[in-house]
Amino acid sequence: MKKVLKLQDLDCAACAQKMEDAIKKLDGVEDAQVSFLMQKLTLTAADERFDDLVKQIVKVCKRVEPDCKILV
Amino acid sequence: MTSKQKKHLIRILIGCVLFAAAYLLPVTGIWRLLVFLVPYGVAGWDVLWRAVRNIAHGQIFDENFLMALATVGAFCTSEFPEGVAVMLFYQIGEWFQSYAVGRSRKSIAALMNIRPDYANIEQDGELVQVDPDQVAIGQVIVVKAGEKIPLDGVVLEGSSTVDTAALTGESLPREVQPGDDVISGCVNLSGLLRVRVTKAFGESTVAKILDLVENASSKKAQAENFITKFARWYTPCVVIGAVLLAVVPPLLLQGGWSDWIHRALIFLVISCPCALVISVPLSFFGGIGGASKRGILVKGGNYLEVLAKTDTVVFDKTGTLTKGVFNVTAIHPDRYTEMQLLELAALAESYSDHPISRSLKEAYGKEPDTARVQDVQELSGRGVQARIDGKMVYVGNDKLMDQIGVHWHPCHHVGTTVHVAVEQTYVGHIVISDEIKQDAAQAINDLKAAGVSKTVMLTGDAKPVGEQVAQQLGLDEVYTELLPADKVEHVEQLLKQIPPKGALAFVGDGINDAPVLSRADIGIAMGAMGSDAAIEAADVVLMDDQPSKIAVAICIAKKALRIVRQNIVFALAVKALVLVLGALGQANMWEAVFADVGVSVLAILNAMRALHGKK
Repeated sequence: MKKVLKLQDLDCAACAQKMEDAIKKLDGVEDAQVSFLMQKLTLTAADERFDDLVKQIVKVCKRVEPDCKILV
Repeated sequence: MTSKQKKHLIRILIGCVLFAAAYLLPVTGIWRLLVFLVPYGVAGWDVLWRAVRNIAHGQIFDENFLMALATVGAFCTSEFPEGVAVMLFYQIGEWFQSYAVGRSRKSIAALMNIRPDYANIEQDGELVQVDPDQVAIGQVIVVKAGEKIPLDGVVLEGSSTVDTAALTGESLPREVQPGDDVISGCVNLSGLLRVRVTKAFGESTVAKILDLVENASSKKAQAENFITKFARWYTPCVVIGAVLLAVVPPLLLQGGWSDWIHRALIFLVISCPCALVISVPLSFFGGIGGASKRGILVKGGNYLEVLAKTDTVVFDKTGTLTKGVFNVTAIHPDRYTEMQLLELAALAESYSDHPISRSLKEAYGKEPDTARVQDVQELSGRGVQARIDGKMVYVGNDKLMDQIGVHWHPCHHVGTTVHVAVEQTYVGHIVISDEIKQDAAQAINDLKAAGVSKTVMLTGDAKPVGEQVAQQLGLDEVYTELLPADKVEHVEQLLKQIPPKGALAFVGDGINDAPVLSRADIGIAMGAMGSDAAIEAADVVLMDDQPSKIAVAICIAKKALRIVRQNIVFALAVKALVLVLGALGQANMWEAVFADVGVSVLAILNAMRALHGKK
């Protein structure tokens, strides 16, 4: 499944890159693209693990870039 | 300006005033430190807080941390005004950067403001607004004057003019009448339209375009990948450099600690690669956005890179350089009457969507009685065969006639000759001609001016027709009477001939040329309003029928790449210069902050040029 998640207060481009790298490292994520310009995260992952992964991603992003919120 | 930006700005201004006051107060010693700590705290508390928090999260090479370290370092070396000023300057830069990015984002979003918010459907005699997503195929929607057409469909009632500018960049409105197709994303200008929906929202033109443009940023250009890799190494390297600079020289020289630490702090200030990380994708995105404003959809930054290198442009003829609207200009029956011959041809072609079939059906004038037609088989590059009233009818070019062994004779008219045979008997031919598009000659000229060295035309059409068109337009080479497979072969031949740094673009209308579109370095499909195959297969999609847009696309691509190059060179040069000067003790922290945020802001402003202007 591929889904687009909106990001709020993503203020720095280098942080977007860091978030993308961190998300890609998560087990179960097939692909992730963080677009600084569009302020969104495009996530591709297996259907059954999706919700669980989104929770993990929120956590990871809180660590990498605490100012940026993922709107689920 | 968002409220967050406003608050930020107010805080910066207060910080500036307090800083000026601190500067003017005649105090010394510990009091001086305290007086300067006030504006420092006002301006930079958030940076300090984030720095502490991020370290707790294990983020060492973080912009906030580096800036905090640099300014605290300045305080430790008793450079109070400098510490405050650097923090203020940094905040101003950050604010300006956030503002500029917000503006860019907005102007790009405005371009994509074609997403319809609602569709009107009639329920119990009343108009109800529903989500376009919930309208099913076959339902009737009502589009009032001034509203966006939410879904693709056919006009049932009403006539109006529609503005297609958001999709095609074409400012002249189009007239629509009952029976005409309308495309989602256009704006209904005058009358009330009742439209029968032919595609679900997810499949509609507007949804496809939005999807395509929004995903364009995920196909990264080489330059973007380079920057990403570079950024990963740059910060750690500069930080290590700073540490070495702070420790090694004073150890060797035995002294001068505060001077060297000060130099090291300058390193830290410039260690964020933000200018590059923002401006390069922004330039590509601006290029893609600017192109889409003119009805040119580019599927990714990587394609802009290839477009800019285009050396050879290969055209398909029908529908690309010519209008693809054929008119029957002569009917020459050997047997039967003219009308009977036309009827046979129209019936055989009744299931085909090829431009030639359409013109035959149009000339026939009546709705073909498809119940009489069976076993239709399209023979790619040759024609159609079908069983009509029980008899096998062949409609196609001379190759088809040769293949079935029917004796045919050529026509004296220049144009596309469609032969008709029933069973094994030749019954006559119909001549169809096509018109060259108005801007086709201009398109070829523009391409030459844009630096394309060779233009080639490939066509399945007969030699005299093809050569006549090529000559009129001033094309360099022409290959005629090709089957779709031959086209791929010719493109492969041409691919071998292009210079190593050049690229080959193929331009087609998306009908029958998907394999060539994907084989070329860059495939450009045109007149794609509604043609799914073209949107799928091509890398660049021209929304309207104008071949002159190809040169525009190349110019936009070149401009975007020029800006990318400028930004990379500028940002790297300034940073390198300040690093060297800083190491030699010739740069102060002000210059370092400029090299960080100042360069970043300039690069963003430069990147936005890609969105605007033609050349």
